[in-house]
Amino acid sequence: MFHQKLLEMKNRNSLSRRSFIRNVSLASGGLVLACNVPSSKNEIQKYLDNSESFSPNLFVQLKSNGELILTASRSEMGQGIRTALTSVIADEMDADWTKVIVKQATGNAIYGNQNTDGSRSVRTMFEPMREMGAMARMMLVTAAANKWNIDETDCKTENHYVINKINNERIFYGDLAEDASKQNAPIAVVLKSPKDFVYIGKGLTSVDVKDFSSGKAKYGMDIRIPNMKFATIERCPVTFGSVKSYNKKNALDVKGVLDVMELPRVEKPFGPLGGVVIIAENTWAAIKGKEALEVTWDFGDNEGYNSEEYMNKITKNVHKKGKEIKNEGNVNSAFKKADVLLESTFQLPHLVHAPMEVPNATAHVQGDKCEVWAPVQAPQTARKEISDYLGIDLDNVTVNVTFLGGGFGRKSKPDYMVEAAAISKMINAPVQVIWTREDDIQHSYYHAVSAQYMKGSLDKNGNVTGWLHRTAYPSITSTFAAGVTHGAGFEFQQGMTNIPYEIENIRCENGEAIAHVRIGWLRSVYNIIHGFSVNVFVDELAVAAKRDPLEFRLNLIGSDRKYVSDSEYKLDTARLKNVLKMAATNAGWGKKLPNGHGMGLAVHYSFYSYVASVVEVSVIENKLKIHNVYSVIDCGRFVNSNTIKAQMEGAAIFGMSLAYYGKITAKNGAIEQSNYHDYKMLRINEAPNIQVEIVKSEDIPTGVGEPGVPVIAPAIINAIYNATGKRYKNLPLEDFGLV
Amino acid sequence: MVQLSVNGKMHEINVAPEMPILWAIRDIIGLTGTKYGCGTGICGSCSVLLDGSSVRSCITPVSVAVGKEITTIEGVEGVNKGLLDAWEEFNVPQCGYCQPGQLVSAVALLNKIPNPSDEDIDIAMSGNICRCGTYTRIRKAIHSAAASNDVKV
Repeated sequence: MFHQKLLEMKNRNSLSRRSFIRNVSLASGGLVLACNVPSSKNEIQKYLDNSESFSPNLFVQLKSNGELILTASRSEMGQGIRTALTSVIADEMDADWTKVIVKQATGNAIYGNQNTDGSRSVRTMFEPMREMGAMARMMLVTAAANKWNIDETDCKTENHYVINKINNERIFYGDLAEDASKQNAPIAVVLKSPKDFVYIGKGLTSVDVKDFSSGKAKYGMDIRIPNMKFATIERCPVTFGSVKSYNKKNALDVKGVLDVMELPRVEKPFGPLGGVVIIAENTWAAIKGKEALEVTWDFGDNEGYNSEEYMNKITKNVHKKGKEIKNEGNVNSAFKKADVLLESTFQLPHLVHAPMEVPNATAHVQGDKCEVWAPVQAPQTARKEISDYLGIDLDNVTVNVTFLGGGFGRKSKPDYMVEAAAISKMINAPVQVIWTREDDIQHSYYHAVSAQYMKGSLDKNGNVTGWLHRTAYPSITSTFAAGVTHGAGFEFQQGMTNIPYEIENIRCENGEAIAHVRIGWLRSVYNIIHGFSVNVFVDELAVAAKRDPLEFRLNLIGSDRKYVSDSEYKLDTARLKNVLKMAATNAGWGKKLPNGHGMGLAVHYSFYSYVASVVEVSVIENKLKIHNVYSVIDCGRFVNSNTIKAQMEGAAIFGMSLAYYGKITAKNGAIEQSNYHDYKMLRINEAPNIQVEIVKSEDIPTGVGEPGVPVIAPAIINAIYNATGKRYKNLPLEDFGLV
Repeated sequence: MVQLSVNGKMHEINVAPEMPILWAIRDIIGLTGTKYGCGTGICGSCSVLLDGSSVRSCITPVSVAVGKEITTIEGVEGVNKGLLDAWEEFNVPQCGYCQPGQLVSAVALLNKIPNPSDEDIDIAMSGNICRCGTYTRIRKAIHSAAASNDVKV
């Protein structure tokens, strides 16, 4: 039933686990599995609140009443990670799920990497969490076997009990907590056979659903500290501009406003932009005070940023030769010999995350200590930034991770937490810094604006013989280093240089694009840009070749093969074709549709997962309606089908929002949009039926949160073409009067 | 001083009459279940019931609520528990932040139309944005709650 899995560290070569768990020899000769730092049971205990319990590692704490406290080290922002990670521990532990209480880890390197981004939480934590649970289970078994004076192999575990296989006697886990805590950690961890999983691969409801639905869940903005003040910040409309002068009189006249002061910019990637701070007794006064404030700005170098002109400039840059990124075969000779040549240009605007909960943080600096509470995707980064800013020890900074009212990448950048720490220090009191929605829309880390040019050739049989892809967009690396003029390798790898198509001649180029706002990652990042152009262009090629888009695409992916990669993840074209075929089958691809209706499809590989979507639309009197979305994801072995389906449903809505409405523009350096009226979101009356299927797989787990996004916009474009014969190559569709 | 009745309890608070209900209940009374989303009444996160109808508390001054009953998310359990059960059954929330507002709007909808059609739901709920995209589950959960309320009657 169980298979042995040795944790001899010297033999282990899995990168994701190697850095995460290490065994530490104790005087007794036993081994303790721990995360990075703690080197003894005593040190582990420092991080747990109850030394009476059985705490074999930082993630598991079993109390004598059977209550099982499992620690979630990643941030909960809607992806269900608190449920997923803890259910993996509980499964390996054979624990009773109803006895589980989830505890949120603070930001601390002892938990390993806590960055909740890149769709990597389950991918990198699945095996370590299994080991944490298995280890606890084995120690409970040892305790029971000792009690019964039988061999451990004569014991089995089930739903919070150890069972004596000889006489069917049972001992409750809680009753074993004390004895188990005296056991040495096992030298080898025995993992379950996947066929015995009880929670993994099922669809558990979120552990937090009741708190979410009753108003009890505490988000960053819900933190209340005795004597805390509330603060807003008026920032320069132009990125990196600074305060020339300000008049605080009108702001101070607002009832409840306590003080007004300047916060200088911190010139770091996650440093506060700076501005004028309003301190108040309540949030409303802080907002009204900000409105009343008069500030004169020095707009600085980015005042000349006009996104319309910029789009023209980067479009010119993709219409000429760019920096070579990839070159296989010879596209020029393929183009010369071509039977059909096709060219297309795509333009996509800046986007912003706009999570429902705006950036906010509560900080309390006391002497050389700082405690902060915030919705944050990167609690360790926040801890480091605050420690650096205040010039205090990392150990003196406590970062409490609240629920996140959405993240989408925005809350990976803890600038707002540094603001809170800075202001708390200035006013010597606890303070909650709140961004208004306008602040959030106008001072973010934006998804890059982009221009792309594609050129392809077909031979007389309709096969693609040459493929040229040129891009220009400001790089995320521009936020981290000055003078960046081109995209970065990891950006090209998000759907441009790793396209899985069997084409002999491929060339990828990147043109110059300099950032004038802070550029950051947004759910699925540059996959949005590349997934769009590649999927729309392939559809155009299929039309030019007079072939069915599904059949054309399957043919373009070609033979079954795995791409060479330096990681354990290899792009497998068989899996890519499989999701495409499944989505097409689910949608009834090729069936007769009502007048004015059309279907479009797209397929994309990102975050090591395979996703295809088919979208059914109608366009009647130039009004677009999306009726159905059929998405299929292959993310390897999955933990929670319920939350994965939810993520895919959400990804479809996220993709539709950006396709319909997503557009951030700048004029004279200032962002022109300000709130949900001019940076619109999809609403329920526009939401289609969404059907999601998850591929059953025994492959290693891969990403879920982001991979569902990139396919949606191109599938919509292809469906509109199918319905109307019109091809849109720029977003958002609102600009064409379609929505 | 302003007198506000929230979830059946009277509060006397010292705020300007133009302070929006949102900030009075969050920052003064201390009920943080109602959320700030836009401050302009267009996202629905701050929805509360005022005598049974959904209003946007971020743009509704406390003076408007004097003499009326405010029901916040914290009071929804006492008004329509069936909706909360349906929300759990369909695992509706993702990040959960907009859900108090969604639930309050759903309560108001079922107060008015006990058995809403998809179209009724779209009209009543289109003022509530969910950035996570839980719309299809919201629809299912409202239908389910409506059906189970029916059975009880």
